[in-house]
Amino acid sequence: MKRPEPVQVVKTRRDAMLANLAGAVPYIGFLGVEFDRRGDELTAVLPYKPALIGNPALPAIHGGVTASFLEITAVIELSWSILWSDLEAGRIDPEATDVLPRMPKTIDFTVDYLRSGLPRDAYARARINRSGRRYASVHVEAWQDNRSKLFAQATGHFVMPPAPDAG
Amino acid sequence: MTPADRTKIARQFIEAIPFSKALEMTLEDIGEGRAVITMPYSEALIGDPRSGVIHGGAVSALMDTCGGAAVMSHPEAPIATATIDLRIDYMRAATPGQSIRAEASCYHVTRAVAFVRATAWDEDRENPVATATGAFTFQRAKP
Repeated sequence: MKRPEPVQVVKTRRDAMLANLAGAVPYIGFLGVEFDRRGDELTAVLPYKPALIGNPALPAIHGGVTASFLEITAVIELSWSILWSDLEAGRIDPEATDVLPRMPKTIDFTVDYLRSGLPRDAYARARINRSGRRYASVHVEAWQDNRSKLFAQATGHFVMPPAPDAG
Repeated sequence: MTPADRTKIARQFIEAIPFSKALEMTLEDIGEGRAVITMPYSEALIGDPRSGVIHGGAVSALMDTCGGAAVMSHPEAPIATATIDLRIDYMRAATPGQSIRAEASCYHVTRAVAFVRATAWDEDRENPVATATGAFTFQRAKP
C-alpha cells in the first residue's frame, strides 16, 4: 500500500492549484477577490475598497460588484470541483500548476439583492446543486458581518468545459 | 430643463459612480425610461484567460448600471432606485477587443417597483451578447 503523503505537501499543492486557478483570471484580481480553503470547501472574500461603491450617498456597494462577486464564486467553485476530481483521479499532473484552467461558461445568472451591500468586506460560498457532464446548476450565498443575514444570493446555470482527453 | 441638460446631468451622475468609473462606462443616451451605456474592452476584465473573453460579472455590472439609469430617467421621476433582482442570459461570448453597448428600458412602473429589460451587444449589432430582466425599487418623492 502507498504511504499517505505528508499533510503539508498535500496542503501546499492544493493551495498552489487554487492560487493558480484564481490568479489566472484577471477580473478576480481587478475586484480583489481572494479565496480561503478548508479541505475542498472554498469561501470567497471580497475586501472592501472605495472603487466598489455604486451609491455614494448611502454608501452601498455597486449591484454589479455583488453580481460579479457571486458569479466569480460560482465559476471558481465549479472549476475547483473539476480540478479537484481530476487531481484525485490522477488525470492531471499535480506539479503542473501553470496550466490555464478550463472555465465553465455561464448560461444565465439570477441575482437576488436582499439588502444593500455595506462598505465592508463580503464573503460568499457556492453550492453545486447539480453537475453533469455538460451542464451545472450552482447556488451562491453572500454575507457581510453576519452569516445568517445574507445580503445577496444567486442561482446560475453553466456549460461545463470539455474533458481534457476530448481535446 | 432641456433634454440635453438632463442627459448631461445624468451623464455626470452615472460617470461619477466609483465602480462604473472603474469599468470606464460612458452614458451615451438617456431619457423617458431608457438608457444606453457603453463599456470599453479591457484586459483587466477578462474572465476566461484562454479566450480573452470578458467576465460575465462585468457585463452584469453594465446591465445593472444601465437598468438603474433607465429607472432614474422615468418620466414619473423617482428620487432613488436599487436593484431587487436581475437575471442575465448570456447568448454568446463577447468578442475580445470590442466594447460592449447596453440598452435598458424601464417598461413598467408601479407605486414601488420598476420593471426593466436590457440587451447588450458588441460591434455585431445583429446578435446580442446578453439580455437581462430585472426589478428595481421605485422610490417616489414624498408628496
